[in-house]
Amino acid sequence: MHTMSVAELSKALQEKQISSVELTQLYLDRITQQEELNAFITVNAEDAIAQAQAADTRRSKGDTTLFTGIPIAHKDIFCTKGMLTTCGSKMLANFVSPYDATVIERFNDSGAVTLGKTNMDEFAMGSSNETSYFNPVLNPWDRKAVPGGSSGGSAAAVAARLAPVATGTDTGGSIRQPAAFCGITGIKPSYGRVSRYGMIAFASSLDQGGPMTRSAEDAAMMLNVMCGFDPKDSTSLNEAVPDFTATLADPIDGMRIGLPKEYFGAGLNADVARVVDAVIEELKGLGAKLVEVELPNSTLAVPCYYVLAPAEASSNLSRFDGVRYGYRAQDYGDLADMYMKTRAEGFGTEVKRRIMTGTYALSAGYYDAYYLKAQKLRRLIADDFTRAFESCDAILGPTTPTTAFDLGSKTDDPVAMYLNDIYTIPANLAGLPGMSIPAGLGDDGRPVGVQLVGRYFDEARLLNIGHRFQQVTDWHNQIPLDQA
Amino acid sequence: MSLSRQDVEKIAELARLKLTDDEIADYTQTLSRILSLVEQMNAADTNDVEPMAHPQDTRLRFRDDAATAPDRRDALQAIAPKTEAGLYLVPKVVE
Amino acid sequence: MEWEPVIGLEVHVQLRTQSKLFSDAATKYGADPNTQACDVDVALPGVLPVMNVEAARMAVKLGLAIDAAINQRSVFARKNYFYPDLPKGYQISQYELPIVEHGHIDIEIDGDTKRIGVTRAHLEEDAGKSLHEDFHGMTGIDLNRSGTPLIEVVSEPDLRSPQEAVAYLKKLHALVRYLDISDGNMQEGSFRCDANISIRPKGQKEFGTRAELKNINSFRFVERGIIHEIERQIDVLESGGTVVQETRLYDSAKDETRSMRGKEEAHDYRYFPDPDLPPMTIEDAVVEEIRQTLPELPDAKKARFISDYGLSAYDAGVLTASRELADYYEQTVAESGADAKLVANWVAVELAAYLNKHAVELADSPVNATMLGGLVKRIADNTISGKIAKEVFEAMWNGEGDADAVIEKQGLQQITDSSAIEAIVDEVLTNNPAQVEQFRGGQQKLMGFFVGQVMKATQGKANPQQVNQILKAKLG
Repeated sequence: MHTMSVAELSKALQEKQISSVELTQLYLDRITQQEELNAFITVNAEDAIAQAQAADTRRSKGDTTLFTGIPIAHKDIFCTKGMLTTCGSKMLANFVSPYDATVIERFNDSGAVTLGKTNMDEFAMGSSNETSYFNPVLNPWDRKAVPGGSSGGSAAAVAARLAPVATGTDTGGSIRQPAAFCGITGIKPSYGRVSRYGMIAFASSLDQGGPMTRSAEDAAMMLNVMCGFDPKDSTSLNEAVPDFTATLADPIDGMRIGLPKEYFGAGLNADVARVVDAVIEELKGLGAKLVEVELPNSTLAVPCYYVLAPAEASSNLSRFDGVRYGYRAQDYGDLADMYMKTRAEGFGTEVKRRIMTGTYALSAGYYDAYYLKAQKLRRLIADDFTRAFESCDAILGPTTPTTAFDLGSKTDDPVAMYLNDIYTIPANLAGLPGMSIPAGLGDDGRPVGVQLVGRYFDEARLLNIGHRFQQVTDWHNQIPLDQA
Repeated sequence: MSLSRQDVEKIAELARLKLTDDEIADYTQTLSRILSLVEQMNAADTNDVEPMAHPQDTRLRFRDDAATAPDRRDALQAIAPKTEAGLYLVPKVVE
Repeated sequence: MEWEPVIGLEVHVQLRTQSKLFSDAATKYGADPNTQACDVDVALPGVLPVMNVEAARMAVKLGLAIDAAINQRSVFARKNYFYPDLPKGYQISQYELPIVEHGHIDIEIDGDTKRIGVTRAHLEEDAGKSLHEDFHGMTGIDLNRSGTPLIEVVSEPDLRSPQEAVAYLKKLHALVRYLDISDGNMQEGSFRCDANISIRPKGQKEFGTRAELKNINSFRFVERGIIHEIERQIDVLESGGTVVQETRLYDSAKDETRSMRGKEEAHDYRYFPDPDLPPMTIEDAVVEEIRQTLPELPDAKKARFISDYGLSAYDAGVLTASRELADYYEQTVAESGADAKLVANWVAVELAAYLNKHAVELADSPVNATMLGGLVKRIADNTISGKIAKEVFEAMWNGEGDADAVIEKQGLQQITDSSAIEAIVDEVLTNNPAQVEQFRGGQQKLMGFFVGQVMKATQGKANPQQVNQILKAKLG
């Protein structure tokens, strides 16, 4: 049962092969069995069963959506009313949100059952889940390896089938990189597709929520729930949202897929390159035309990102001051002392590092050289994509340069950690949709993902390519041996 | 660019972070390395490039002027570290 | 040495929207603490701002009223600093691209018109309030005001005296009231002023070092504060010192300015465009549509009062100083059907004196425009004299009814029956033969005495012109 797709589970519920309560209990049990993975910060055991009962009642009355009664895990960055919402930080370790994020509201309205809140890098700042205040998540494929980050808990939960689907967020690769490391499908939609209201901000001009699933088909179904205009988010776009499942099975015959040469240069591990090559062959077999494209400025995406994201973060995280919610230092003297201690004790090492990087980049005398320069470079990077999409319909490449690395191997070297997102960051800077699909295993037996980047609002095409690929391959159905 | 201890102390003060001596030493080193990474940006010629602040070229959307928010002080203050008489309490603010 | 002050004003005008600049919480003054601070105002994690359309329209109105450029594209930025009444740790304000730029306000100074430049006017959100009553040694924070829309109007350093500063401020105050974009209530903080003040030797081109003066929130404090700051700077320079660039506070209790030491630790606001808010676009068509809704503004109204009502520039200026007073005046003119100058006198002198003496706002005046119109009408149709009218006005002020009721009840109707007046004149002349003799002997100033006697005999009710005529005829 736990290996079923959303469509299959929905059908099973509809045909009363299983109730939502039973299904929810099944996943709750799996979460308990796999507690060691540390994929969840909060398990919503009691309330999930109550939600499942309500979903069963709703189904019996015929008022159903595809997701009614389907269990789901939410990244702990989404505010959930009445439930702990920690963002992986000591700062919010006691924060019970008084409201629901728009994404949460949408899933609640659809009748989905919240299994719990998944572990993540603190304030989504990390690529390994090791910056979480609640300890790292282990990669279900190999417990010595990181699951990737920042949505590492969601990735591990879906990979280990502790939840059929999960939500994630992606600022520089935080959906796609852990999806690749854990052998699942993850899509970051175009900026503005999914409401950011109630999604705790890391870097507001880059953050975007999205699905983390077994397959492109499940992702399409989740996107149908998640996407849409939200009047509470001024950056939410009032664009028509297609039924993402409608075009999944379309032929990709003649579709032009661009290969940016910059994504295949030095730094790309041979085993990852081998997997990408195999994907290229599969796609050719499906009738796609492969063309070479150039993204010359994307090689500078990491430096650009590590100015813009920390700059926005330094401001976004100023609200955590111990005055209105969250952590406040125990012993303090005057007001300044309360601020300094609250923030020093409430934030972890990497979060403080990024706050300081961003503070510096925005400070008097450095703004032009860092922040403004990065904003200009951002435009060059975005323009590269516009040009590339004149000759292709989607861009293909590796999601990450390597497979999942070992826990602890990069914690002392922030720059090495940052370079992990070299292929994922450009799509965030340009605001474009990007998807990672599982495509093979590396020499170390750890999963490899390939990335597809599309034009603005062209998620449907990425899902179409992903789905066609998954119809002729089996990588998305592979699960870690000990989970079978 | 390499940062000095004093630079880091100043940044930490601006960001309201109380750092230990060891932390200052560590951040002095890692922040300098991050700045070296960041300065690779200088390889790009960005003269006459319009800065990009938003990933989409959109305009601000307006909301009608209606005061519809309910009073939910009790719910909001239930999660506050310290309140009294409906106020958030902080150490004495000196004007 | 002769010193010349150079003054620029920064005025924060609270806009009278129903809801906040970026949230749907109410902006009413005086609510219980934190009952008008919603999720967005307290800056819960994950909340986002959405812009109030009315605040933008109000800013455009002001821009048009001061003949400024309305920027088609303006940008909201974050001004970062930590303070407990600033929940997000940043204020959303406009920095590089404000909505309004390059306007001007004309002021009257000693009968001359002087043009004061307005550099810019930008939209921003207000902070909350720190309450300094002692809560066990702690400070209480009320966020009701947090997020209330403000427009900050920044003048050029074109003002050269405290009087000019006050005239500018009063003019701006009148403008926002005319436009109905603010209640302008200075006690409640809806109209707040900071002044940048420096001095330089007269004739020198370069500006001196300036001090910023805060907390001058009444017209009187603005004047007093600036006078003191100018004197202080002159003292400093003349005793060989230098003026330090700093923020100073005007202490109205001690009537002096003092340095806000410690508040000046190197501010580095780290402004950057707010990624939560795309650039604000105001279409030309919208600007034109708003232009059509603009009311007649003080300068235009003043010109019309002079041409249509034949008023002096001074009277027209007084009567158009506020929209309420101008409306009151025009309604009184309409009600009375009388000479507009006579009405101007009653509104600008008599009514103004009562309001001032009793410290009553025009809106709360017990004598409304209809009542005053009714009174002036009775002066015009000779039912009562101007002197009696003052008594009637007082009675109306005290709530004794409208003019006709008071005249009727107190029998104040003017005596205009010539034969009746003649009889009284005859009586007065008969009773004062000595004075009649002296008058005829050439002491013409005794005319006043006879008029007085007739008025006394009629309790002031005799028509003064008729009394004069008859006396002249009888004595001539």
